[in-house]
Amino acid sequence: MTHGITDAQFFVMVSSFLGPFYLMLALTNGVAALYLWQTGQSKTWFRSPAIAGQRVAITNVLAWLALAILFVLLAGFSSSGNGHWMPALPEAWREAINQSTGPVVYSAGTTALLVLLYLFRSFFVKPAVAWSILNLMFLMLGLSMTDRDFYEIVAKPDNVPIVMLIFLLAFFTWLATHRAVENDRRMERGEPPLEKLDNEKVLVWPDLVYIELICMIALVAFLIFWAIALPAPLEEPASSVKTPNPSKAPWYFLGLQEMLVYFDPWMAGIVLPVLVVVGLMAIPYLDFNKAGNGYYTIKERRFSYLVFQFGFLEMWITLIVLGTLLRGPNWNFFGPYEHWDAHKVQALSNINLSDYFWESWLGRSLPIAAAGSGMLEKIGTILVRELPGIVMVLGYFIMLPPLMALTVFRKFYMRMGFIRYMVMANLLLFMASLPIKMILRWVLNLKYLIAIPEYFLNF
Amino acid sequence: MAGLGEMIRESQIWKSIFRHPMPVDRRNRIVVMLTNFFLHLHPVSIKKQGIALSYTWCMGGVTFFLFLVETVTGVLLMFYYRPTVEWAYTDIQMLRDVHSLGILREIHRWAAHAMVITVWLHMYRVFLTGSYKPPREFNWVVGVLLLLLTLLLSFTGYLLPWDQLAVWAITVGSNMARAHPFLGNEGPGQQLLTLGGVDMITNASDARFALLAARDVGEETLNRFYILHCIAIPLGVALLLAIHFWRVRKDGGISGPL
Ligand code: HEM
Repeated sequence: MTHGITDAQFFVMVSSFLGPFYLMLALTNGVAALYLWQTGQSKTWFRSPAIAGQRVAITNVLAWLALAILFVLLAGFSSSGNGHWMPALPEAWREAINQSTGPVVYSAGTTALLVLLYLFRSFFVKPAVAWSILNLMFLMLGLSMTDRDFYEIVAKPDNVPIVMLIFLLAFFTWLATHRAVENDRRMERGEPPLEKLDNEKVLVWPDLVYIELICMIALVAFLIFWAIALPAPLEEPASSVKTPNPSKAPWYFLGLQEMLVYFDPWMAGIVLPVLVVVGLMAIPYLDFNKAGNGYYTIKERRFSYLVFQFGFLEMWITLIVLGTLLRGPNWNFFGPYEHWDAHKVQALSNINLSDYFWESWLGRSLPIAAAGSGMLEKIGTILVRELPGIVMVLGYFIMLPPLMALTVFRKFYMRMGFIRYMVMANLLLFMASLPIKMILRWVLNLKYLIAIPEYFLNF
Repeated sequence: MAGLGEMIRESQIWKSIFRHPMPVDRRNRIVVMLTNFFLHLHPVSIKKQGIALSYTWCMGGVTFFLFLVETVTGVLLMFYYRPTVEWAYTDIQMLRDVHSLGILREIHRWAAHAMVITVWLHMYRVFLTGSYKPPREFNWVVGVLLLLLTLLLSFTGYLLPWDQLAVWAITVGSNMARAHPFLGNEGPGQQLLTLGGVDMITNASDARFALLAARDVGEETLNRFYILHCIAIPLGVALLLAIHFWRVRKDGGISGPL
């Protein structure tokens, strides 16, 4: 996208985006400060040390105002279009981030982050904290845009929606958690949830139809703005001989494509997607908890909340972000500021469980059926060869559900009955199979638990 | 001016179209909801909490509106697009280069991406408020089908520009069907389906072939995806949406604490 233009031209191009971008941020912070001040929500965070005998109260209004001024300055420098003046992340930082990231760090990092956000949610939902984080996210985006490799990926027209998705999800997750924390607190005190307070009836005309009208106008304005600012992509005419590298599915399927690293297509492309759809449809029939219907809460439905968030935020969204922004040629991992070099080699030395079992542990070669032997004998030999994996997989799917019913899910089993419980247990086990395979790959370089390429059956 | 407005509103034509007086007082605000076709989707009155943006995020409504935008811009695009290998790409090129056609294609494409995002956010909100719990279980199921169709709409539309981006994205996506257990040419168990020693599942009869109407993404695929994209899937979405909205009403309106 930025091929064939010089660095100087590149900076001029980014500056036309960054100037208005920082100005918008300045404006929102300014409006926030004004709003807090006008509505009397100004709060003193701390007092500065005495300056000329005066101790100045640092309030939230003052802080957001200062931030707005900072963003105005950044807007000014960014608009210069001069690489020396434009604020950017230091080269060393970007290098360090590139060096330290990889699929393992990315997955472990996002997991740790989500766990932290969950555990300390009552801290993170405080408006001042959330607002600071949002500002920080935008600032990081702005500072990163001056990096050509970063820009190349993020500003690709079809990737822009993902950047929006990240920010929208951050915002709405905050909103929902904020209300849930508040509701949980209220209900602990024996008060009804916030939603109960708005129980009175209002007329749909005018109250609702006007909201809808305003939403529609705002949406149309936004779409027109987006459509003018960002032309739709059109690449070269289709050619069946020139395969692009990387070849990617549309962005909303890239989580599935990312699973291809760990599973064969029949699992990643068929079985797991079907189970995602089936599992989603099954949710209302599996979740027997009556509480938490019609209001935001976490404490009253912790289990279903955590399972859903694991599936949605952790498995679906973060894998899409990984697949779209961080996977380059040959589906290799690239840091956010790393050049997509098609010649980057990554040593792939993944080993099947049967190889481990027969060669490393028993010190023998894999059993092979004698040449010219019959069908049954061939299949028999394959089954013997893959026995360790077959036992493990069958054990996982057959032994674990009853074991869990007797231990961790004892109460669930009694409430749900046999069939519902088995459906839930199997769905959970399938969902857990992805992280389990990821970890086995990272720790043991394990390729397949069961490898029967003869019948396209690798697991 | 006031006189003119009065005259129009008093005319036989106006009164025949809008069967209610202006909704300026309580009685007529109720009447308008009951006698107007478009408004009768809504109830007459609603709990305040059901229209609170902080509760519903308005995401279902936004998704529906984006679907309408897609329908209108999609019909306009169909005037300028021929789904053949010969013309598809040049027609899209023309949409870009002929200035009077403006941002039609952009709006259609970006609203499609936005619709995928908003439908996820809508599902997210419905889950987080526990709104799938009784009596709304079935409407959640209808919703999941809508989610699936939304993704398929977007996926089938992705092919139509017939450029490198389109063809290879669909190739990568549809390659999965080749690995369908039993029904895919390279799926586990396909060898079992033989008839008198002849393979039934080949690359000219498997699930991928059914999707693409050919062994590889080609002319037949373009035609098939075009019809799916412009006719079959939108009709399915429209039907499911009707059920979805009907059920929102029948299940007692937007969810709320008991
Ligand atoms: C094309 C996609 C969809 C459209 C246009 C749509 C539209 C709507 C609208 C307008 C509402 C009214 C309340 C609101 O705006 O939140 C609604 C409610 C609802 N939707 Fe959807 N929806 C879609 C997809 C889904 C999906 C994917 C799900 C879940 C998997 C879902 C489940 C529900 C449920 C359970 C309700 C009732 C919520 C309540 O009473 O609070 N819908 N939908």
